[in-house]
Amino acid sequence: MIFNLFGSIGLTRTAAPKFTPPRNATVHRKVLPGFHLNLGFTLLYLSLIVLIPLSAIFLKTFTMTWEAFWQTISAERVVASYRLSFGMSLLAGLINAVFGGIVAWVLVRYQFLGKRLIDALVDLPFALPTAVAGITLATLYAPNGWLGRFAEMVGIKIAFTPLGVLVAMTFIGLPFVVRTVQPVLEEVEKELEEAAVSLGANHWQTFIRVILPTIAPALLTGFALAVARATGEYGSVIFIAGNMPMVSEITPLFMITKLEQYDYAGATAIATVMLLLSFAMLLTINLLQSWGRNKNNSNAAS
Amino acid sequence: MTPASVLAAAPVNMSRIRGGQEPAITPAATLEPLWVRVLLIGSALAFLTLFLFIPLVAVFFEAFKKGWEVYLLAIIEPDALAAIKLTLITAAIAVPLNLIFGVAAAWTIAKFEFRGKNILLTLIDLPFSVSPVISGLIYVLLFGAQGWFGPWLREHDIKILFAVPGIVLATIFVTFPFIARELIPLMQAQGSEEEEAALVLGASGWKIFRYVTLPNIKWGLLYGVILCNARAMGEFGAVSVVSGHIRGETNTLPLQVEILYNEYNFAAAFAVASLLTLLALLTLALKMFVAWRTNENEAPPYEPDRNRS
Repeated sequence: MIFNLFGSIGLTRTAAPKFTPPRNATVHRKVLPGFHLNLGFTLLYLSLIVLIPLSAIFLKTFTMTWEAFWQTISAERVVASYRLSFGMSLLAGLINAVFGGIVAWVLVRYQFLGKRLIDALVDLPFALPTAVAGITLATLYAPNGWLGRFAEMVGIKIAFTPLGVLVAMTFIGLPFVVRTVQPVLEEVEKELEEAAVSLGANHWQTFIRVILPTIAPALLTGFALAVARATGEYGSVIFIAGNMPMVSEITPLFMITKLEQYDYAGATAIATVMLLLSFAMLLTINLLQSWGRNKNNSNAAS
Repeated sequence: MTPASVLAAAPVNMSRIRGGQEPAITPAATLEPLWVRVLLIGSALAFLTLFLFIPLVAVFFEAFKKGWEVYLLAIIEPDALAAIKLTLITAAIAVPLNLIFGVAAAWTIAKFEFRGKNILLTLIDLPFSVSPVISGLIYVLLFGAQGWFGPWLREHDIKILFAVPGIVLATIFVTFPFIARELIPLMQAQGSEEEEAALVLGASGWKIFRYVTLPNIKWGLLYGVILCNARAMGEFGAVSVVSGHIRGETNTLPLQVEILYNEYNFAAAFAVASLLTLLALLTLALKMFVAWRTNENEAPPYEPDRNRS
């Protein structure tokens, strides 16, 4: 083993030509033990728990004819549910991008009473079971609830309408933007800001030209994560949504309805659409994250 | 000097190389005017009050609305106790399994370079981006009456769907990435120099993990376990699809909350919900503790005294 370590370091040092980028030297470094065992276990467990079960969705979909599949996923009531699920999750993502960004900013840059407690509580939507969030928000925003009462006064109904869906989705996506922007904001170099200020930029210019470009990848990642979470969300939404077909019925609930009618193929077809969309979002998030990493690395290097 | 103490001393040396962090003090020149600060802090607090603090208070308010007796009766009722028991059993199976996976996956990804690593990372994240309803649906497709293994299971009289195994499987799926996701960035940031040093000194794979890696990642690991546990006990969507909602048998705590709420038994629903809220608050408190410990460990970057021994 020891020979192996020295051997490989020696090899990469002598064999590597002058112009090879240094990261190549680490590509074939497998000196620590346990690679095959751990990789094997990881892949086995991943396949058993995630990949094989998920492939069931696609295999089940393939048993349907194209016409039946298309009819299921383009039925009027399903399309209305896509519009609600995706529309509201995008809106909730936007609300969270703005207010989550402000919360992150305030937590990183200012001192005020109760800051640490607030910082810890931001994660509450991660930790609180969705059913609890659901019944609480439904009770609060109901026409006679603590908050719904005030909305009722100005003639707005929140619970049991699409607005209720928006409230629940905003709640569930709240921590994402805060937690992705916060670490990046902490790393923003004070020197750059000071340079901007000493060159005569005002606070707004410094923010737009210096800080915003740095936190943009994180902000977008947080937004995408919040949207992805909200589209698939079930527990916190169904209690407050009212679940009226065509109006306030989200796509995951529609799948449940199909399942309760023993229409497995129908439920699976809709699941396929949702899965493909969430894969697309996952890909976007990963690209955003590597963009952010590259950006920060080049900033650090320059 | 025993080999173990050599290994234990390694982190101190490493942190000296990495160096300490500058204290974050906002210089006056880049501080925004008072009205901007007040406006920003005000809107942040208003947003959080509306979406976090009021709901949090409301759970307990609604739970105790009808007094202590109603609250206690709702919790010690047999169905509620059965739900608590099932929730604990589920978490006790799901969390350790995902812990083993998380450590193995993090070791593979953080300590080695191999082709397809990014794909593996994406695949580990999959359960995060899948709707909980789909997470339940896949097990219906596998083990349901019309599913792949459905007929075989019926012949052998094994119940998975609408029984405890189905609930456990759905929970494992949903909480699958938590610990791995917590450990991978942590172990990547720490690099593998310390482990390689231990290897040179002749430590075995297990010893390297036990004495070098584990002390470095213990707080991150604990946090991952806490998060995984919180989600395992609180999962609603996926479990609701596979449980069958049999009272006293296949109802976990979140499902019990739903049933009580739909029966307009609000006081009892919020009483059970308050238990889950306490779990969430405990999770956050432990998180704060872990963050505080991690900072404390990082704070003194170099202690010559400890090094000399």
